[in-house]
Amino acid sequence: MEIILSIAIGVMTSCGVWLILRPRTYQVVIGLSLLSYAVNLFIFGVGGVKTNVPPILNDSIATSSLADPVPQALVLTAIVIGFATTALFLVVLLASRGLTGTDHVDGRNDPR
Amino acid sequence: MMNWTHHLIIAPILIPLAAAAILLFIDERSRATKAMISLCSVLLMGAAALILLRIESGPNDFDGVYLLGNWAAPFGIVLVLDELSALMLLLTALLAAAALVFSFARWHTIGAHFHSMFQVLLMGVNGAFLTGDLFNLFVFFEVMLAASYGLLLHGSGPLRVKAGMHYIAINLAAALLFLIGVSLIYGTAGTLNMADLAARIPEIEPDRRMLMEAGAGVLGIAFLIKAGMWPLCFWLPTAYSAAAAPVAGVFAILSKLGIYVILRLTMLLFSDGPAAGFGASVLLYGGLVTVIFGTVGVLASQALGRVAGYSVLVSSGTLLMVLGINDNAISSGALLYLVSSTLTIGAFFMLIELVERGQDAGAAVLAVTMEAYGDAEEGEPDQTEGVTMPGTMAILGICFAACAILLSGLPPLSGFISKFAMLSAMMGTGAIGVPPTASVWALIILVILSGVAALISMTRAGIRTFWSSIEGTVPRVLVIEVMPVLFLLGLTLLLTVQAGPAMRYMDRTIQSLSNPTVYIEAVRNAIVVGAEKGKAD
Repeated sequence: MEIILSIAIGVMTSCGVWLILRPRTYQVVIGLSLLSYAVNLFIFGVGGVKTNVPPILNDSIATSSLADPVPQALVLTAIVIGFATTALFLVVLLASRGLTGTDHVDGRNDPR
Repeated sequence: MMNWTHHLIIAPILIPLAAAAILLFIDERSRATKAMISLCSVLLMGAAALILLRIESGPNDFDGVYLLGNWAAPFGIVLVLDELSALMLLLTALLAAAALVFSFARWHTIGAHFHSMFQVLLMGVNGAFLTGDLFNLFVFFEVMLAASYGLLLHGSGPLRVKAGMHYIAINLAAALLFLIGVSLIYGTAGTLNMADLAARIPEIEPDRRMLMEAGAGVLGIAFLIKAGMWPLCFWLPTAYSAAAAPVAGVFAILSKLGIYVILRLTMLLFSDGPAAGFGASVLLYGGLVTVIFGTVGVLASQALGRVAGYSVLVSSGTLLMVLGINDNAISSGALLYLVSSTLTIGAFFMLIELVERGQDAGAAVLAVTMEAYGDAEEGEPDQTEGVTMPGTMAILGICFAACAILLSGLPPLSGFISKFAMLSAMMGTGAIGVPPTASVWALIILVILSGVAALISMTRAGIRTFWSSIEGTVPRVLVIEVMPVLFLLGLTLLLTVQAGPAMRYMDRTIQSLSNPTVYIEAVRNAIVVGAEKGKAD
């Protein structure tokens, strides 16, 4: 389980890093999204990977078999903020496309 | 015990938040109303910050821990006010007031929701200065960044959109690094409360502590991007010089926010114990290269906006180096430098717009690098009615000279006093001196050299603008635009005259920062309201 999760985080991070270094704005947006997915999974994983355990304290459950609720709360905040900023970035991307007529990150027409 | 001054701690967050919300409901056409609400909010914020600073500088032992939601410290979220955060709050309010009044002349009319975004930016900055919790710091940082994206794009035009796009991409990546750092720290230390974290660091076993330090390192990179440490700073001069003048003015505090967080965290987490001195060499050498890079940039820039942008880097680099050396006497001089340079750069960004208004496109072509940055005239608002400044060139010239003196650190203004305070501590003169080491000598040389470079660059720009102007046209400048610049420069003058009390305050600030036990104990032992009264409540 941990292995699969860490491979997933690694693959998404490397794809994300490669994409944000690309010259097209759309690739940068997708790269940032992938990176934020990877980071969200990472935050989630920090609390320990457990299946089928509640995050809420209950008298009938031993504290050792509880999922840590804090990373779950953090990841929720991170998802919301990441969502909003990506949406904002898309608007800027469209504005840049409209103003420069190209989707190059520096507004150049040159395909490189 | 819970009197009204204690609730004042949260005022710098609530006032701009409420103002931003109210401003959203008012139509864009009723500009005067919006401007008034915005100004009232900033003035109230300034008054709150001033009262908090007076309390902090007073003799009595003020309880600066504010428990939001009334939960005890490691579990609930806390706001913590100490000398440093009170100082930064006041600095923010002063800079914001100047930038806001400057925008009334015409800049607030060139796009929608300027005032709301401005207030949200202030809320984020104030929140980041006040918070005692790492994740809340992230949230306030994001609030501040989201507003700054909007403000940077304010006025639109290809130049701003391009700079804004780079700025947003870099800051989104930095936010992800921030999250990785925060979650690593949580995973190893099991807490996000800064005071609790500082108390727990000695208890973390060595192998896990390495992970914690890796987390702190990743977290630090996010703030170093904001502060503009080389090689994370290439976005900064372009973004700041592309922004509308009042926006660039208020952005001067954003790079200092990065410095503030690094100062706070290093002093709190890594001042003693097993992890002492973590990252100090990175800050020292990073700052060193940043000052060199900034100095070369200042010398090489033809456009004034870029000179100001690189001055931000010089100022950040100097502060980072001082943080790397981590000596109390030098640090208190550096705090004075932080205040002085923020005010100067804020005033300079606004002054640049006034000075360059007189130059037409023909004169601008003379500046070799100008054309590389596109047509700066795009997105400029039309002239509006107002009282024109009499003796424009004389006043602009005096302001420009004052900025040059402040940036280069010549007597008699506060740029000199603050650099003198740092240098005298470094050279080991006086009672508080330390024997200079090689890195301290490097810092001394670079501080002086960067001042010389600023002087050369400003003199050259001043001659070109005021003495050998080809057109000889006098820019049409309104009183309301010059007043904020004069106000900020007046504050540096006040800082010069009142250097003694100011320096004492900085000493006190550094004293309390270098003794984190007080901070930690204050947060950990903060009493929940109603706890003493029990069921009678």
